[in-house]
Amino acid sequence: MTQNIVEIDNLSFGYKGRMLHQGINMVFPRGKIVAIMGGSGSGKTTLLRLIGGQIKPNKGKVRVDGQVVHQQSREGIYLLRRKMGMLFQHGALFTDLSVFENVAFPIREHTDLPESMIHDLVLMKLNAVGLRGAHKLMPAELSGGMARRVALARAIALDPDIVMYDEPFAGLDPISMGVICVLIRTLNDALGTTSIIVSHDVKETFSIADYVYFVADGVVAAEGTPKDLQNSSLPFVHQFVHGEKDGPVPFHYAAGDYKRDLLGFEA
Amino acid sequence: MIKRSRLRPLRTLGHRVTKRIWRLGAGARFFGLTLISSGESFRRFHLIIREVYFTGVLSLIIILVSAFFVGMVLALQGYNTLQRYGSSEAIGVLVALALVRELGPVVTALLFAGRAGTAITAEIGLMKATEQLSAMEMMAVNPISRVIAPRFWAGVIAMPILATIFSMVGILGGYLVAVPLIGVDAGAFWSQMQANVDWRLDIVNGVIKSLVFGVACTMIALFEGYDAPPTAEGVSSATTRTVVTSSLTVLILDFVLTSFMISV
Repeated sequence: MTQNIVEIDNLSFGYKGRMLHQGINMVFPRGKIVAIMGGSGSGKTTLLRLIGGQIKPNKGKVRVDGQVVHQQSREGIYLLRRKMGMLFQHGALFTDLSVFENVAFPIREHTDLPESMIHDLVLMKLNAVGLRGAHKLMPAELSGGMARRVALARAIALDPDIVMYDEPFAGLDPISMGVICVLIRTLNDALGTTSIIVSHDVKETFSIADYVYFVADGVVAAEGTPKDLQNSSLPFVHQFVHGEKDGPVPFHYAAGDYKRDLLGFEA
Repeated sequence: MIKRSRLRPLRTLGHRVTKRIWRLGAGARFFGLTLISSGESFRRFHLIIREVYFTGVLSLIIILVSAFFVGMVLALQGYNTLQRYGSSEAIGVLVALALVRELGPVVTALLFAGRAGTAITAEIGLMKATEQLSAMEMMAVNPISRVIAPRFWAGVIAMPILATIFSMVGILGGYLVAVPLIGVDAGAFWSQMQANVDWRLDIVNGVIKSLVFGVACTMIALFEGYDAPPTAEGVSSATTRTVVTSSLTVLILDFVLTSFMISV
């Protein structure tokens, strides 16, 4: 068994002539919570999609449990994905299925367990996220935070080795954010999984991550423990961590001369 | 040297043609993938049954009402013409042949495209926009075999049944106008129909047509939804394209199939 469950080796990816990643190296040790942070559009979610084998890199390799993801057949990728769980940004719950059926979905698809056992497993997973009492509700009846928790229960339904979180805190109220933070840490430690969090919420991510990668301009701009990065003097990290409006990431989108734009009447 | 602006219309035309051909190829590939991934749907037939309910049973009201009125109008118009030639008893044959051969399959397909087809496109498009299909992929579940194939086969099964119901209810509507209202002899109405409607040439051909329309309408609806850009505007445009493309395809296929059936 390798020490790192996921390894990204010299990865480059781009499309439509634009390179999103250029020679990225990352490792994700077993049992740890590793965060990938960076500004909007820096390709954080794309990294999750590369790990999940939904897209192929232009160069370099992504290894999951020792196997190169993009060299697998479709069946091979599906076998690898059975070791993964993913929490999507807005939950991505199946809107025509109840909370119970959403969590039961991966169990029904991949096992032949009897109905009584599926029932118990689903209720245990929902209990772990505090929503056992909501098992009869439909996704439309849930708040954003509840939907995220149901999606988390679904992501861990088959006890995966890796759980990937795509912006787990985005758009949540402070209480829900706190609940999700605690759940990620607790479930990671209780289930012995490896968690990969993609986020730009500094406070919440730093409170639970063991290690953080900062992605900017297609490369890993900085990496370290949250404490290291909190005290980092690197201009980009400093601007990002302290939420400064101007710095290496400029406030203004690249534009021509302001005076000429105002007087030129060009739309 | 030709100015660039003069070449622009040619370039636009070329781009549009290329885009259409590309989409046709993508649609054919999607159709092939759906057929290849259909095994799972038949092993879990309850998935297809569930979709037959949504596409077929829920379309019944519009089919029943439309069929009833189409049948009644056919009888009125038919009687008006036939009585000039002293053959008003042939009204039953006219209604039955028009419905079984043409109106049953064609009008059912057009109504199906408007009712079930748009629902399928919007549902699949929204599933894509809300990342439900991606979530399925990440759970190692193939969305083509779990979502697309059951809906495809449900459409293929539902269409001939709906077309048959359309023809039957249409004939009933025609009967109610021709016999109790106009006063055509009931015996003549039914016996002429029985004698002149051929099992293979009329009924089987009608069922074949509705099967082909079922494949075309359902596949168009599914492809448009699956291929829709994951935005509100994208899903809206895809839904419109479903109705337009399905309607035109049904009418063109109807001509092609009819010409084959008549020449055989």
